[in-house]
Amino acid sequence: MTVSRRAIALAVGCLLLALVPPIAALTNQPFYVDLFRRMMIFAIAAVSLDLILGYGGMVSFGHAAYLGIGAYAVGIPAFHGVDSGWLQWPLAIVASALAALVIGAISLRTSGVYFIMITLAFAQMLYYLGLSLEAYGGDNGMRLAGRSRFGGPIDLHQPAVFYYVVLAILVLFLVLGSRLVASRFGMVIRAAKSNEPRARAIGFSPYRYKLTAFVIAGSAGGLAGALLANQTEYLTPEFMHWTRSGEIMFMVILGGMGTLFGPVIGAIVLLLLEDVLSALTAHWQIILGPTLVLVVLFAKRGLFGLLSIAPPDG
Amino acid sequence: MAETLLAIRGLSKRFGGLLANDRVDLDVVRGETHAIIGPNGAGKTTLIGQLAGDLRPDSGSIRFADQDVTRLDAPHRARRGLARSFQVTSIFRDFSALDNVALAVQARSGHSFRFWRPARAEPALREPARAALESVGLGARADVRAANLAHGEQRQLEIAMALATEPRLLLLDEPVAGMGLDESQKMVRFLGTLKRRITIVLVEHDMDAVFTLADRISVMVYGRIIATGTPPEVRGNEDVRRAYLGEDQA
Repeated sequence: MTVSRRAIALAVGCLLLALVPPIAALTNQPFYVDLFRRMMIFAIAAVSLDLILGYGGMVSFGHAAYLGIGAYAVGIPAFHGVDSGWLQWPLAIVASALAALVIGAISLRTSGVYFIMITLAFAQMLYYLGLSLEAYGGDNGMRLAGRSRFGGPIDLHQPAVFYYVVLAILVLFLVLGSRLVASRFGMVIRAAKSNEPRARAIGFSPYRYKLTAFVIAGSAGGLAGALLANQTEYLTPEFMHWTRSGEIMFMVILGGMGTLFGPVIGAIVLLLLEDVLSALTAHWQIILGPTLVLVVLFAKRGLFGLLSIAPPDG
Repeated sequence: MAETLLAIRGLSKRFGGLLANDRVDLDVVRGETHAIIGPNGAGKTTLIGQLAGDLRPDSGSIRFADQDVTRLDAPHRARRGLARSFQVTSIFRDFSALDNVALAVQARSGHSFRFWRPARAEPALREPARAALESVGLGARADVRAANLAHGEQRQLEIAMALATEPRLLLLDEPVAGMGLDESQKMVRFLGTLKRRITIVLVEHDMDAVFTLADRISVMVYGRIIATGTPPEVRGNEDVRRAYLGEDQA
């Protein structure tokens, strides 16, 4: 049964990720808590992109924009002394949802290469907006005054606590995402990806469904951005640079488009490769590039597809 | 005369220098099967495109069930009961046959802003879909990926999808095109069973199918309807023989 195998895969993956802090503590390698937390944050961004890219066929080449908006939604209030996470994180979600609403409303009127180019253009606009924010460091960016505060036991300055907060968000998002893609809503965006004229001919107006998916993906990307700002304790317009959008897309393709879980693997493998290869050579991207080419050529559904627990097409 | 379901008045569509539909007037009566025939390039598919809402008319009007639908887009017309099949088979290839039809059922079941329940586990979608598949003879193929169905089966699947939307009018664009003799006879028999229950507008080159199924036939040449009548009337029409039938068929 595919479903239960997926559930097992999720449980095993969760368990392995949950074991990272104790193992890092035992082996005295705190660095790994930091690395895996970073992976999970990018996994959230990649899964959110997969919702629209893998399931909706919307090749958004500007997904880093939401990372940036989310990061600034933490950084700017923090700069002004507002460090409550209860305020910053919802702000990150709402601000990126609004941005996605505007970007989506315009770009979803196009398709194909035009869609890619418009989403890219919007993200670059936001990148340059970030550069121009002199008060917040301009192109140098700025240090985060402190991580978001939630009170009680949720102290993000404790590496392990922050780690488990990110893990919980990732798992919650994967569960919600799995429900979403299998729901009536999910079926509409997948049908529109498969054959839009046919979807229209049976009576679906795909635009508003696609726009909703686009906004959901954007707001999740914004939350990932809020986490990322806390992770790096630094924010810069580079979060929104188009190469960052490409990297997120790379994670989705590497892990497997339209699989939700695949992009998590994609994010982990990509950042791991980055970490390992960059220790070997400064030109590590020379190895990374061909890896992607091989995956695209030989593993149609990415690394997740190779595990043979991927759901069937459609 | 019975009640008019679809009334087309002065419908024109131009593509650059080509006047594909030239002031087309056509009435389709509720319950009839109305065939539109004509040589290649006569503008039949353009007419279907305008009726389905994929092409915006340059002028003229389309009334469907006593409402002006000229400005409505395809999804809105589909929700009002105007279903279609495409000339080139158009299905959700990556989905199972049952999924295809269940999507059609879903499309007529209100909005789809439902995010939680798995659609594939909803009897309200799956059961009518299964019934529609069985009605076209695809019941045993429900779980096959649509891309892996034989060509004839894919055409049947399209019809099942159209039926699952519970249409008042079915627009069929060459439903037996590319089928073998066996398959096409099966399809014609099946379409025959729909007669009376559903109003059908049928564009078809296969004259056997047309004369078997149609209650009335309209003949389209150079974007204009030059004759409308019962099959014997059309067969006997001199203009039609000259323009069309006499040349290659009949």
